[in-house]
Formats: sequence, C-alpha cells, structure tokens
Amino acid sequence: MAKPVDLRRFTGFRAITWLCLFVLYAPLVIVAIYSFNDSTSITRWGGFSLKWYVDVFTGPEAPKFRDAAINSFTIAIGAAICATLIATAAAVAMNRAGRFRGKTASLALINLPLMVPEIVTAVASLVFFITIGFKTGLLTIFLAHIVFCIPFAYLPISARMQSVPDMYEQAAMDLYATPWEAFRLVLLPLMVPGILSGFLLAFIISLDDFLITNFVKGAGVETLPTAIFGSVKQGIKPNIMAISTLLLGVSVVFVTLSWIIGRAGQTKR
Amino acid sequence: MADNAAPLTANAVEIDNVVKRYGFVTALHGVSMQIGDGEFFTLLGPSGCGKTTLLRCIAGFEDVSEGAIRLHGQDIAPLPPHKREVNTVFQQYALFPHMTVSQNTSFGLLRLGWSAADAEARAKQVLDLVQLGQFAERRPGQLSGGQQQRVALARALAPRPKVLLLDEPLSALDLKLRQAVRSELKAIQRETGIAFVFVTHDQEEALTMSDRIAVMSAGHVQQIGTPREIYEAPSNRFVADFIGETNLLDVTVSRVADGAAEILLPGGARLSCPAALGARVGQGHLSLRPERLGITISGQGQLQATVEDHVYLGTDTQLHMRLGSGEALVVRLQNGAGAIPERGARLGLEIEAGAARLLSD
Amino acid sequence: MAGGAPGGASKSEIYKGNGPKLLLPAWLFIGVFLVMPVAIMAIYSFLTKEFRGGVIWEFTLAAYDQFFLDRGLFGDEPPSIEWTYIGIFWRSIWQAGLATVLCLLIGFPTAWFIATRDVKARSVWLFLITVPYWVNLLIRTVSMKFLIRDTGPLNEFLLALGVIDTPLALVNTNFAVQLGLFYSYLPFMVLPIYAAVERYDFSMSEAAADLYASSWATLRLVILPVVKPGIVAGCILVFVPSLGAFLAPDLLGGAKTFMIGSLIEEQFKGAAGNWPFGAAASMILLTIVMGVLLVHARAQTKGER
Ligand SMILES: Nc1ncnc2c1ncn2[C@@H]1O[C@H](COP(=O)(O)OP(=O)(O)OP(=O)(O)O)[C@@H](O)[C@H]1O
Ligand SMILES: [Mg+2]
Repeated sequence: MAKPVDLRRFTGFRAITWLCLFVLYAPLVIVAIYSFNDSTSITRWGGFSLKWYVDVFTGPEAPKFRDAAINSFTIAIGAAICATLIATAAAVAMNRAGRFRGKTASLALINLPLMVPEIVTAVASLVFFITIGFKTGLLTIFLAHIVFCIPFAYLPISARMQSVPDMYEQAAMDLYATPWEAFRLVLLPLMVPGILSGFLLAFIISLDDFLITNFVKGAGVETLPTAIFGSVKQGIKPNIMAISTLLLGVSVVFVTLSWIIGRAGQTKR
Repeated sequence: MADNAAPLTANAVEIDNVVKRYGFVTALHGVSMQIGDGEFFTLLGPSGCGKTTLLRCIAGFEDVSEGAIRLHGQDIAPLPPHKREVNTVFQQYALFPHMTVSQNTSFGLLRLGWSAADAEARAKQVLDLVQLGQFAERRPGQLSGGQQQRVALARALAPRPKVLLLDEPLSALDLKLRQAVRSELKAIQRETGIAFVFVTHDQEEALTMSDRIAVMSAGHVQQIGTPREIYEAPSNRFVADFIGETNLLDVTVSRVADGAAEILLPGGARLSCPAALGARVGQGHLSLRPERLGITISGQGQLQATVEDHVYLGTDTQLHMRLGSGEALVVRLQNGAGAIPERGARLGLEIEAGAARLLSD
Repeated sequence: MAGGAPGGASKSEIYKGNGPKLLLPAWLFIGVFLVMPVAIMAIYSFLTKEFRGGVIWEFTLAAYDQFFLDRGLFGDEPPSIEWTYIGIFWRSIWQAGLATVLCLLIGFPTAWFIATRDVKARSVWLFLITVPYWVNLLIRTVSMKFLIRDTGPLNEFLLALGVIDTPLALVNTNFAVQLGLFYSYLPFMVLPIYAAVERYDFSMSEAAADLYASSWATLRLVILPVVKPGIVAGCILVFVPSLGAFLAPDLLGGAKTFMIGSLIEEQFKGAAGNWPFGAAASMILLTIVMGVLLVHARAQTKGER
C-alpha cells in the first residue's frame, strides 16, 4: 500500500525554518556572548567576565546612558499609555458605534503612520515643529511617538474587540446598564488582554524608535537608540554590546509577557 | 391610538402595526399582536421570518421603522434598552464570562440601584428557583450548557421584569435536556406570573408550552391562536403546512357558509368540511391531515389512490400515494394495526372527521 | 445572513452616534502631528534653501529641478536629465525589491511550516519568530555589523576552518545592505503569511489531491491563490520600510550603497544640508509608497467583488 501523502508537508520547509531562525538569532546570540568577553579587544575571546556590565553602570559613559535610558523609558511609558487610550476610544468607535460619516477615512487615518515611510515622518515632524516655533526636545519626541504608536496599539485592541461578541454589552444594557456601565463593567474587563497587548506593543515600538527621535530630539537630548547610534558611529565597543544584551533581555521579557497575556485571554473565553 | 394616560390594560405588550426595515430589506411588514399579562406567548416561524427582529424591537436593540410598541399601555419607543422593564434570555445566553454566577444574577439589580445585600439575597432566591443555589460562586465557563441556560434565565428573572423575552433559549441544548427543561420553564413561568415572549422554530416546543402562538413567515403574522386552534384550525396554506404535516389539494368550492364549505374533491366525490375565515367559493385549497385518513378497499371512501412507496417511521408508516387525478398524497398508518398495503395496490381513502379543512387562500 | 447572527461578532451599534466623538483624539493627534507636518513638508519642497540649513520663504521649483535636471556645474547649460538621484531611487527600489523576494523565499516556507504544526508547537515556533520582531532594530543591525566585520566572528570562524585565507570584506557592500534589509524585515513577511495559512482549509488540498493534482501542483494552483492576500500583505510590509530604510544602509553600507533614507537624512544634518531638496526627495518617496499602497488597495477591492 502506498504511504499516505501528508498534504501539509513539503520537503525542505523545516530546514528553511531553521535557517530562518538561525539568521534571525545568530547575530543577537553572538553579541550576547561577546558582551561577557573579558578581553578589551572585541574580537578575541578572553574569558568570561561581567566587567562590561559593570562599565555600563559605573564607567565613564554611565551617566550618558543612564539619562538616555530614563528618557527612553519615560517616553515609552507615557507614549504607550496615551496611544492605548486613544486607540481604545477609536476601536470602540470603529467596532461598536454603527455606521457614520467618515468611518472609512478614519480607519485609513489611524493606519496612516504605518504607511508613511519613517524617514518621511521624521523629516515632516522636524519641519513642522520648526515652522510652528516649537522647541525640539523631550516633548516633541513624546508627541511624535504617540502618533506612530497609535496604529500599533489599535491593531490588537481592535482585533480583540471584534472577537468579543456584542451580545455581552447588549445583555448588560438589557439588565439596566447605561452604555457607559456596559463599557466599564463588561466590555472593558473582556478587553483586558487586547489592551495589554496593545500597550506592550506600543511601548516596545516607542523604545525601538531611532529615526524619528533622531530628527526631533533637539540638541543634547538623547534616548537609548540615539545614544547607542552615536556611540556605534565611533566603532562597536564592548559596553555597547552589554547594553544591547540588556535591551535584548527587556524585549524578551516583554514578548514573553504579551505571549502569556495572549494565552490567558484565549483560555478564559 | 390607545390612550397613554390610562396605563392599566390587561395587555403586557401591545405591538401595533410594526414595520422594520434594514435598508432595502423589510424584516417586519406591519406586525400586530397583543400579549396578555402572565401569558406564555410564542413566536413560531421558519428561519429568517423576523422573530429575532421583533424581539430586539421590544427589547430596544432596534428602532422600529413604523408602528408602536406599548408596555402596559405606555409607548416605549423613546426608551433606550436600559430603561425598559423587559429582560432577555439570549440565544447564546451571553453570560458575562468574567463574573461569577451570583454576580451575573445580581448585575441587573445593582444597576437598578439595589443595595449589595438586597441584590445578593434576591440573586440567591432566584438561583434557588432554578435549582442552581450551590453553583453561585462558579464562573459560567465552569457550567454545563443546561446550567448556563438556567443562569441566563435566573439573571433575566431577578429584576422581576414586566415581560421576559426568550430567543430560542433551548436551541443550544441536546434533545433530552431540551425536553426536560421545557416543563421546568413552563412551571417557572406559572410561578412568577411574568409574561413570556418565547421565540422558537420548533413547532413541538411551541405546541407543548404556549398559551398562545403567533405563526410568522417572511415578516408577516400568519395566524395567532392557542396551540389547538393553530393545529386543528389553520387559517391558510402556510400555517397548515408549517404546523404538523398535511396534504394540500386543489379543490372546487361550491358553497361557503357559517364556517363550513361544500367541496368537490378530485375524483368527483362531494365533501362538507369546516372552512377558514376568508375562504371563498371557486378554486380553493383543502388541507388533509395524513394521520386522519383511513384506508379502505378500492372503490370505497371519498378518494381513490395507488400506493407508490412506503417509509417506515417507527410508530407509523408513511404511505406515498397518487390520486387518479395525478396528485400526490401522504397517509400515515399506525404500525401494528394491520398489514401495510403493497406498492401498486389500489385503495380507497376515508376522510375522517377533523381531517379536512378548507383554507383561506 | 446579515446582522443578528447569534453569537457571532455582529456589527453593533451600542455606542451609536458617539463614533465621531470617540475618534476625535485619534483625528487630532494624527491630523496635527502627521498630516499637517506632511503638508508643511510639501510646502518646504517648494521653498528656497538657506545655506546653514533651514529655508527662505520664497517659492521656487529649484529642489525638484535639482532632483530631475542637470544644468551643468554653473547652471547655465541646457538641461538634461540628472541621473544621480534617480539612480539612487532606482537602486533603492531594486534593493528593497530584492529584499522582498528574499524574504518571501525564506518567509513563505517558514510561515507554512509553523502554521501546519499542532497547536502547542505552533505557538512555540511563533514565539521564536516574534522575539526578533520585538528586539530593537538598531541593536539587531549593530549585531549584524559586528558579526560580519572584517575581523568579526564570522570571518574568524571561516579563517579558522580554513575555508578562506583572507577575511571577506563584507561590510560596506551591497551584499551587507541586502543582508541587513532581509534580516530587519523578515518577521514582517512571516507573520501575515502565517495568519493566512492558518486560516487555510486543508480539505481544499485534499480535494485537489483527489482530482489528481501533485503536491506541487496543489501548492501552485490552489494554496497560493488562496493565501495570496497574506503574501501580498507581507511583501508590502517588507518593501515599504526597506525602501525608506536608514539604519541598514547607513551602518552596513558605504558611499557606494547610498539609499533614499541616507540621501534624505544627509540633507538635514550639518552645513551641507539642503532642506527643500530633502523635502522634495521625501515627497517623491512618499508618492512612490502611496502609489504602491493604492495599487494594492485597488486590487484588493477588485478581488472582493
Ligand atoms: N442587521 C440587519 N441588517 C439587514 N438585514 C437584517 C438584519 N437583521 C436581520 N435582517 C434580516 O431580517 C430578516 C429577519 O431576520 P431575523 O433575525 O429576525 O430572523 P429569525 O426569524 O430570528 O430567524 P432565525 O430563526 O434564523 O433566528 C432576515 O431576512 C434577515 O436577513
Ligand atoms: Mg433569530
């Protein structure tokens, strides 16, 4: 008897997937390994050491990176919160408010920051702030970040809202809840996984941004990516590898978090 | 128009010529009905006939395009859903997954401004009524389908609404459970005295539970009446065909008077039988219930037919027969009462009392 | 059946009438901080350049003239087509297109493979693919540079193996930029294709096999057309950011591998800058990208009909 053909399998696809993972991970893993290198020469392996991590926190460049990190995290948290609020309101409008004029245009507008190339947004933001006489600095970074975080927050929030049937809110209103109570007591709790994923995604996207920040940051203000970029321009030093590895750790923690939230959201329903 | 100043009417709900349009689709074409206080009223009809739409209009999830809906004499058109003293048991139950059974049940009470303690006591009372007292602290996801259905019922009953709307509440249950829940639901309705508007497309459910039934099709009310009236005295072809099984024959009507008609059957025999309101002299349609036709030897009885096929159905056997005039006809015979005629046998058919009814269209 | 499909997520109107109010913050933010800036940038592209950066408010077509036309060193020769900038755009489009094709060749099998695992394994694979997507792009690009440097671990490794005698000069080549783009945007290709394959109904493959299609014929004739929307989405998600990419060409490439992103960035940095010209180049890039997206949207609505 002939072996039954599995229509899902194609030879070679598994190997390609491994290749894909290898390409994605090799540089990150190598840098993580070399960040523990004792040698001052960045290519020769001189034994295991944490000295570059110590250097990151206490070395000559420590204050610069500490300020940059504080800026980065403050902006990321603030921008992510604002973007999440704006995106949640927008998602309610798009998914729960029936039809109204300008709905299609609104969806396009929400997604516009994804469609405009980053370099164009960066240039446009710079000339805008200069034209209206707004001094570039932390605030301009913050405002620019909110804008491009909106679609990233909107994506998971809206997807989640679509998957929550509106019968729950109808049941709530049938049981004498006002629209606001139906939102607060029923829709919002059911939306928690989507809102958290939206927030996390917006946070990471803000933390990640180099190009736009670099254009609107103004003199003397640095975020982690701009500080790292400036430093790398002079050559890759081991302390940069240590910072990179730390940020890599932050990212991994965040994906894991959002992964766990996503699974919790699935099993609950 | 009813006088809005006099809210004391015996009707819990009055639906007055309601039209509902969705763009180019008209889901309800001028539907009217009165639902009495404490009545178990059923909306019965095939899929897409507008049952859910009517229910959603009463609950306030849809605005009516024309006509009025009155609750105890008061026009509720301007009221949003959360201001209508009407509760719904949803088809998929719509239990809040993030709240316990007890929280679900007291949800409406708290929105009405009850104190937490009163709401909890009332929730407990209603949960006991539906025999779920011991499940109060569970989440809906930890209950079986039948238990969830009862929580949905308890949640909707807790605020003592004037009217309870139930949209196919039993359709998610399996057959056995459905039959058990039927009598339970009916008992709870009697005990609480709340008017139930019950939607189903299962005629057996409708016939066994209802005080009155409204049969609907394509956005029109076809007939309103007690289960017995609907089954035994269908007014038109749709109702006769939809409720139970029937044979529809083209006949010539020679006389209609006082609810009775004189008819010429295919094959030439004469018959006098009850007639629906609106039946006219001329060409008409006759409903013949298959279980009330008896077989006799050829030559006897009002109709002559040939057996073409038989289908065994357990308690009954269905005979597919053809009249001399070419029309098909189905006869149901109880099994065990005698030999089943062979294919090709020519037989006479006896129309028993109550088998025939002249329809209005 | 429209509307009240029980249990399904129907289009609800619970907050009817509040739509515009709820969208106001999004409109405000994106309108003020993105649409208006782009409009101002469009105006900038028609202004006169100020020598130490910035603009003089006099309208002129000089920026576009400089982009498209060559009038000789002193600007007095009869105009001919200026190939420098068109060449940079063309090379960028070519690089971005190649990156898209490479991502598709690797990304499709990967997405397919992951989507056909059982549910548990699938979520682990998906997790592994999403981690790099969440890692800072700058860090990823720097890591790649570190890996392929002349004295980097890759060369050391190959030298130690004896595969090569002299280090490969990878950095500052088109190849490095290409590798960087591919590496940066690969997850963007995998995720939408994965979503499309996951929804694919495998009984269609069975039907095709039943009708004598080989597995490659099934892939070509049944599967690819059905998952095409995912593939197209993935291609756009790779092509558009690759076209305007800055980090990969800047860090991994050199003068010869100049792309649009660096060209624009240069106009706004330092004394050599030319803001109107940078704005004009941005407008041209934006036009190309919007053109691609518009064609995509057209094709999509046509496909729906
Ligand atoms: N939101 C809507 N938009 C457009 N048409 C609708 C909408 N809701 C219902 N309809 C149409 O109205 C008609 C009646 O629908 P309704 O849901 O009331 O049927 P139903 O009797 O409850 O059927 P079922 O037994 O299948 O639940 C159908 O033709 C349906 O397609
Ligand atoms: Mg229905």
